[in-house]
Amino acid sequence: MSLVTNLTLFVLAAFLGYEIITKIPTNLHTPLMSGANAISGITLIGSVLVAGSGETTLATVLGVLAVVMATINVVGGYLVSHFMLSQFNRGGR
Amino acid sequence: MADGVLGHLPPSALELAYLVAAIFFVQGLRDMTHPRTATRGNLISSGGMFLAVLATVLYFEILSPALLAASLLVGGAVGAWLAVSVETTEMPQLVGLFNGFGGGASTLVAGAELVDATEAGLGLELTTTAAIAGIVGTVTFFGSLVAAGKLHGLVGDSPIQGRTNQALQALFFAGAVLAGLFLIVQSGFLGEAPLAEWLPAYWLLVAAAAIFGILLVYPIGGADMPVVIALLNSMSGLAAATTGFVLDNTALIVAGTLVGAAGLILTFIMCESMNRALSSVLFGSMAEGDSEDMEDIYEGSITETSPEEVEMMLDAAERVVIVPGYGMAVAQAQHAVAELADLLEDNGVDVEFGIHPVAGRMPGHMNALLAEADVDYEKMRELESVNPTFSQTDVVLVTGANDVVNPSANEDEGSPIAGMPVLEVWEARSVIVNKRSLSPGFSGIPNPLFANDNTSMLFGDAKQSMQDLVDAYNENH
Repeated sequence: MSLVTNLTLFVLAAFLGYEIITKIPTNLHTPLMSGANAISGITLIGSVLVAGSGETTLATVLGVLAVVMATINVVGGYLVSHFMLSQFNRGGR
Repeated sequence: MADGVLGHLPPSALELAYLVAAIFFVQGLRDMTHPRTATRGNLISSGGMFLAVLATVLYFEILSPALLAASLLVGGAVGAWLAVSVETTEMPQLVGLFNGFGGGASTLVAGAELVDATEAGLGLELTTTAAIAGIVGTVTFFGSLVAAGKLHGLVGDSPIQGRTNQALQALFFAGAVLAGLFLIVQSGFLGEAPLAEWLPAYWLLVAAAAIFGILLVYPIGGADMPVVIALLNSMSGLAAATTGFVLDNTALIVAGTLVGAAGLILTFIMCESMNRALSSVLFGSMAEGDSEDMEDIYEGSITETSPEEVEMMLDAAERVVIVPGYGMAVAQAQHAVAELADLLEDNGVDVEFGIHPVAGRMPGHMNALLAEADVDYEKMRELESVNPTFSQTDVVLVTGANDVVNPSANEDEGSPIAGMPVLEVWEARSVIVNKRSLSPGFSGIPNPLFANDNTSMLFGDAKQSMQDLVDAYNENH
C-alpha cells in the first residue's frame, strides 16, 4: 500500500481516537490507559512476523525479544484493565 | 512470504481481518465511556487483538513455530504474573512498565526489518520510518523504565539539574536525529548498502535515544508523574503506528494511532489540571516556593484535633465530602476510608468523594484505588461538579492531599501554583485535614488552608487515622 494511503489511515485514526477518548470520564482514566496500553501491544503482529520469518539470525533474535516484550504488554495490559474494571462494577453493593 | 496455513488466500483477506480487529478496538474504546459497559469493551478489544495476531500467524509462513510459541508463552506468562500479583497501589509503575515494553518491541521490530531488508535494498520510505520508530520506541522504553523505577522508589532524584541536563538532552537528541539522517541518506544515495555499513547507524540512533529518554524522565518526579505516564502511553502508541509504516501494516497504523491520540488527550487534560504547559513539565522546574513564610503563616493559627472530636463532627453532619490525595495511596488507606464512608452512609449522612484530576501519580489513580475498596463510582465526583457543593457541605475530610486544596492557587498570583484549578474545600462549614505533618506538598509552598479558622488538623498516617475514626465511630453507635 502506498505511503499516502497509510498517512490517510493515520490521520483519520487520530481524529477518531480524539473523538472517542474525549468522552471518557475521569473515573475510568486508569483502566482506559492500561487498556489503550494493551492495544499499543499491536506491535506484537510485527514482532511475530520478524520472529517467525526472519531471514537472518539477528532478525530472528530481535524478533523473539520483541515478541516477548509485546506479549507482556498485551496480556498484562488487558488483564490489569479487566481486574480494575471489575472492581468498578462491584462498587456500590 | 505468504505461505502460512491460510497463505493461499489473497492479501485482501488479511486486510479484512485487520479491519475487523480495528473495529473491535474502536468499539472497545467506545465502551470505555461508561463503567457499566467498560468491562465488555475491554473484552471486545482483547478479542480484536487475538484475531489480528491469529490472522497474522496463519497467513504468513512461520519458519520456526516452536520458537515463536515459546516466546509467546514466556511473554504471556510474565504479563499474566505481573497483572495478577500487582497491588492497586503499585499500579502506576506497572502501567508505566507496560508502556515501555510496547515501545521497546517497536524499536526491535523496526531494527529487525532493516536487517532483513538489506538484501532487497533499503528504500527511503523504509529507512525514514524505521528511524522515527526507533527513536520514539527507544525513548518510550527507557523513559518508562526510569518512570517505573521512580514510582517504585528504586530511582532517586536526578543528580544533573537545570541547564546542564537540558544541554545534554539536546545533545543526545541531536545525536539520535543525526544517526537517523545518516541512515536515510546512506541508503537513499548509496543505493544498496551492505549490512555492515548501515547497521551501526541504527544502533547508534537507539543508544542516543536511550540516553535522551533517561535524561528526559530522570528530573521529573512526584506530582508531575501523571503527565509523564500519559505521555509515555501516547508514545508507545505512536511507536507502534510508525512501525506500521515500516512494515506497511494497516493494523499497526490504526491501533497505534488510536492509542497515540488517547494518551495525548490524557496528557493535555493532566497539564490543564495543573495549569502548566507540557514543555514546562518536561523541561522546566517549578518556581521556588517561599519557604521562609511558612512558619509565619502557621504560627499560632493551627488547630489540632483528635479522632474523637472528628467523630463528633462527622456524627452531627448531614453532608460530608472526602478529598483523597497521594498520601492515601502511600498509606494504602483506601479500605479504611471506604469503611468510614459506609458507616456514615448507614447513619444517613450524604457522603461523596471530591477527586482532583492529578491527585496521585497517574490519571484516575484515586478512582482506581477507591474502586478497589468497593466505593460506588457514582460517589466519585470530578472537580467541576463537586466545587459548587462545598458551600452546602458540613464537613470536608482531606486525607493525604495538599497542593490540590491550596487556596493560594486562586488568591495569590505570585504563587507557583497560581491558576491551577483546586478543590475549594474552604467553602465548607468545617474542614479536617489529615496529614502526617505540616510539611509542604510537591510544589514546596505552604498551604494557608491549614491555618484557617474552620480548619482542624488531624495529624497522623492516613490509614491509622482513618482506622481510628472508624473505631471511634463504632464505639458511639
